[in-house]
Amino acid sequence: MSETSVDTIPRHATGLAATLQHARYVIGENPVTGLSVSLFALLLIAALFGPWLVPYDPLASDTNLALHTPTPQHWFGTDQLGRDIFSRVVVATRLDMGIAIASVAAVFIIGGFAGLIAGYFGGWTDRIISRLADTIMAFPLFVLAMGIVAALGNTVTNIVIATAIINFPLYARVARTETNVRRDAGFVQAARLTGNSEMRILLTQIAPNLLPIMIVQMSLTMGYAILNAAGLSFIGLGVRPPTPEWGIMVAEGSGFIVSGEWWIALFPGLALMLAVFCFNLLGDGLRDIFDPQRRT
Amino acid sequence: MDRRDFLKTSSAAAATAGLGIAAPAVLSPAKADARQETLLIVSESGPNNIDIQGVGTNVPGYEASWNSYDRLLTHAMKTEPNGTQYYDRDKIIPELAEDVAISDMSATFKLRKDATFHDGAPVTAKDVKYSLDRAVTVGGFPTFQMSAGSLTKPEQFVIVDDHTVRVDFLRKDRLTIPDLAVIVPCVINSELVKKHATDADPWGLEFTKQNEAGSGAYKITRWTPGSEVVFERNDSWKCGPLPKIKRVIWRMVPSAGNRRALLERGDADISYDLPNKDFVELKENGKLTIVSTPYSNGIQYIGMNVAIPPFDNLKVRQAVAATIPYQKIMDAVLFGLAKPLFGAAPGTPVTPTWPQPHGYVTDLAKAKQLLSEAGFPDGFETTLSFDLGFAGVNEPLCVLTQESLAQIGIKTTINKIPGANWRTELNKKTMPLFTNVFSGWLDYPEYFFYWCYHGQNSVFNTVNYKSPEMDRLIDSARAAAAIDDTAAYNKDVEGFVALAFHDIPRIPLYQPYVNVAMQKTISGYQYWFHRRLDYRAMVKG
Amino acid sequence: MNLILQIAKRILSAIPSLIGVVIVTFLLTRVLPGDTAAYFAGPAATPTAIEEVRKKLGLDKPLGAQFVAYVEALAHGDLGNSLTTGQPVTQDLAARLPASAELTLIGLIASMLISIPLGILAAVKQGSLIDHACRLIATAGVSLPVFFTGLLLVYVFYYLLGWAPAPLGRLDVFYSPPPTVTGFYLIDSLLAGDLETFRATAAQLALPAITLGLFALAPIARITRASMLSVLAADFIRTARASGLSARTVIITYAFRNAMLPVVTTLGMVFSFLLGANVLVEKVFAWPGAGSYAVEALIASDYAPVQGFVLAMAVLYILLNLLIDVAYGFIDPRVRLEG
Repeated sequence: MSETSVDTIPRHATGLAATLQHARYVIGENPVTGLSVSLFALLLIAALFGPWLVPYDPLASDTNLALHTPTPQHWFGTDQLGRDIFSRVVVATRLDMGIAIASVAAVFIIGGFAGLIAGYFGGWTDRIISRLADTIMAFPLFVLAMGIVAALGNTVTNIVIATAIINFPLYARVARTETNVRRDAGFVQAARLTGNSEMRILLTQIAPNLLPIMIVQMSLTMGYAILNAAGLSFIGLGVRPPTPEWGIMVAEGSGFIVSGEWWIALFPGLALMLAVFCFNLLGDGLRDIFDPQRRT
Repeated sequence: MDRRDFLKTSSAAAATAGLGIAAPAVLSPAKADARQETLLIVSESGPNNIDIQGVGTNVPGYEASWNSYDRLLTHAMKTEPNGTQYYDRDKIIPELAEDVAISDMSATFKLRKDATFHDGAPVTAKDVKYSLDRAVTVGGFPTFQMSAGSLTKPEQFVIVDDHTVRVDFLRKDRLTIPDLAVIVPCVINSELVKKHATDADPWGLEFTKQNEAGSGAYKITRWTPGSEVVFERNDSWKCGPLPKIKRVIWRMVPSAGNRRALLERGDADISYDLPNKDFVELKENGKLTIVSTPYSNGIQYIGMNVAIPPFDNLKVRQAVAATIPYQKIMDAVLFGLAKPLFGAAPGTPVTPTWPQPHGYVTDLAKAKQLLSEAGFPDGFETTLSFDLGFAGVNEPLCVLTQESLAQIGIKTTINKIPGANWRTELNKKTMPLFTNVFSGWLDYPEYFFYWCYHGQNSVFNTVNYKSPEMDRLIDSARAAAAIDDTAAYNKDVEGFVALAFHDIPRIPLYQPYVNVAMQKTISGYQYWFHRRLDYRAMVKG
Repeated sequence: MNLILQIAKRILSAIPSLIGVVIVTFLLTRVLPGDTAAYFAGPAATPTAIEEVRKKLGLDKPLGAQFVAYVEALAHGDLGNSLTTGQPVTQDLAARLPASAELTLIGLIASMLISIPLGILAAVKQGSLIDHACRLIATAGVSLPVFFTGLLLVYVFYYLLGWAPAPLGRLDVFYSPPPTVTGFYLIDSLLAGDLETFRATAAQLALPAITLGLFALAPIARITRASMLSVLAADFIRTARASGLSARTVIITYAFRNAMLPVVTTLGMVFSFLLGANVLVEKVFAWPGAGSYAVEALIASDYAPVQGFVLAMAVLYILLNLLIDVAYGFIDPRVRLEG
């Protein structure tokens, strides 16, 4: 597979080793990216092993201990029903990350594919897909997401679907542009000459080249996906009680801020912020690694 | 910190903080005066219609109507042991009427001759007839409320002369006269409304939705839906002593935290919808006056739909009643601000009153045994629904209940239903297990039971309960009340209350409180059956 | 001549999106749970009464017929009535859009005041500590859940410190709004010469505008930085530098001016994004804007306002983009307007 004829293409062909070396260089040069990688590791651990790591059952109430300030026993304090907030924040990681990952994966596949065929085939396919993306873009996105969840029903799956839909234009557009550039590149024409079917060329020749930019895109939209899901559950859509989730915990705690119980909203809010922060930095870092020219 | 200090610090702060934005303005003397004469109310939501007889008027709309319209009758006040002014259910006094003569099958009202509407037109008998005709004809909630007092036909309302109206009774019903003192039968400026009536809208509902056409103590001078309502005192009001407050500004502040902050900092004068915890803390810190009064004729309950198995099984219902974590709910959800309706000592006889405590307590061992006897030793799965509009109480309440039910093997999924769908869902009567509040304006036990337990299966019988014995007792109590047979009445009431507790389709949890927080300078709060504010008696300073 | 043709083409190209928006909004709101007819029929309505109301409201007709009726009403500028406020949606939106627009604009301006200098600095000192700091600040801003920042700001600046006025909407209770000219209280109060009201308005705006502005830091700072970087690398900057002009002159006069174009485009996008995104900010600050109106309506399954809001936002977005494209075409003739 030779790609040297198109110089805007990231160095996919130069091999994994080179990429890793470059990654090491980028992380070394930019401590912020290093920080985000370790934050990400922390989030991953919390998401995978959270339920086994926490000191208390996140669902168990203890009304004698309700609304307790942070103590050595309860690091983040307790909520109105006496549940341990630290345990709830940690356990919530899996759900929040799960929603974000699922929605981003869904839109990566659907949006990416739509962009791919739009960019490759052009014509009516392109026109329909682009119009669809334009139409979605024209909506106030958060309100659209609210509307979708309200209409489809109040479940976590529907939060995932709504988040995927509002991100569709981003993915479709990036994939379309990137495909468009490569449509008539040398290696594609070569593949065509050797008698490969269009779909085969699309999936084996062009799609792999979009991966790096799409991964950057995914990392950037992960943060947005988490914020979006939390925003939806903040206004009461989606997650069912007593399931711990950051957005709903902030919403529950928001009523207690003025009366001085700041810890109920603060810790889940901070967790939410850190997670989004981590993904945004990670996205920037990945962009540096895969695609230094694009760095903004 | 008083207002002046606050302003001083705020301007200094804005400068140091470098917000680049001007400091809050200093109030001019004229504005400070206006503030003294103005009552500032903050609440979560505002009216969607200022006519109680309108289509789909919401609860805040009741307050707008109550203060800007007059009725023929109203209630006198009495003082509760704790000093609160409380409406006297049994003492109904004239408002727009100056004299009432009640005979066997009719009541005759002599109207005040000096009362005028806000546009200056005199209030006459034809306005009264028009208003009552309208209330029984427009359909929906107003017509339903009128029928609760056996007021259903325009022919019942007769103009005797310009200032005399007669209301004929359809049947003997002790609720007829009290029903004329609720919010619905308000007197409307008929000439003004008729001018705006159309063929499609013969009762001018579109007009009165936006425009007030009353004779009440306050005129609505500005209404920005969803953000504020401004009332000005009607200086020519004749139906009572002239109110002290000149102007009332009612602002909608959706965030409860903000409402509390406004009260604590002295920026707002009064608020009645704060979380219980805030009321408890505000009471403790003593900066504000807090008045808590139990809802008259109202309960929060857990309902079990007896038409949906396994809740058709009496033992299952009794098992659930022995599982509810009553005291935990009182402590952690309500912070003690409610009147418990559980745990009456065993063997306590019921009294002819409602609401009253039942004998169930949290007893998981007994609950498990009952569940086994019912044939569900391993429990079952169901959903527990609540109204998201009152999530502040309902959500923790349901979470605690869910946790407790899980301990006897009943697995529940919590289902949050958005406020606007709640009534639709209730009316479908398909929710197996749910929590809700019911309260009646008319504070009579048989009124509550007629709507909630009678086999006619009204929309408020949300648990689908049907029992011939219950129906007999309720009907008999109504009949006894109409002829003032106290002994028979008390026996029937005790009978249906005991039956409701035994069959327990609805588990009463507590009687909620109406909590009102106000500045120390505010006095004159009155508790009304509709639980909204009456501005007429309020005093500032 | 060519330009006008291109503009016309660009306007035509916006039509399919508009049609799409109308269809999607209609369908979405029809599948929302909640029964309008049951709501109108009142608490004690019998099923037959509900059916009658349904008929009266035209909700018993097939979806196609309902859609035709909806579009017809739309053509007359009728967006239906809100159940929660009881008012025509058009009227509600007209009253609330200026509130949202004013907040969003001020938020955007506040954000620009910080993010543009930050972006320039980061570009000039590329790779330095300032560059990293810029990236961190911008990223932190976009990582904040606005509902959380808003609450926190109210707690600290109003409740604890007392620096900000009560979060009671656009104006303190004891002021009356200035006579309406533009609907923007800041401008209207100045036009009326009422400085007291102007200051009160500005004070009310501060916290929500900051909350919103934080969110806009990242995109503006990033595009400024990127655009500056590419301009700084251009030949004419090298020439200017070589000819001995001071660094300040080069950066401000030469580089920044040329870097402005993409920044302006982004500002347009960010504005419309913020206008949609400020629903949560409006909710926290009791701001009587269009966003909080739509959210409350959605929660109450009151679909006419949701439809109206979404439609208004979409139209605004399309118009704004059109405007930017056209303006861009005027400013820089090399840009071809794309269909």
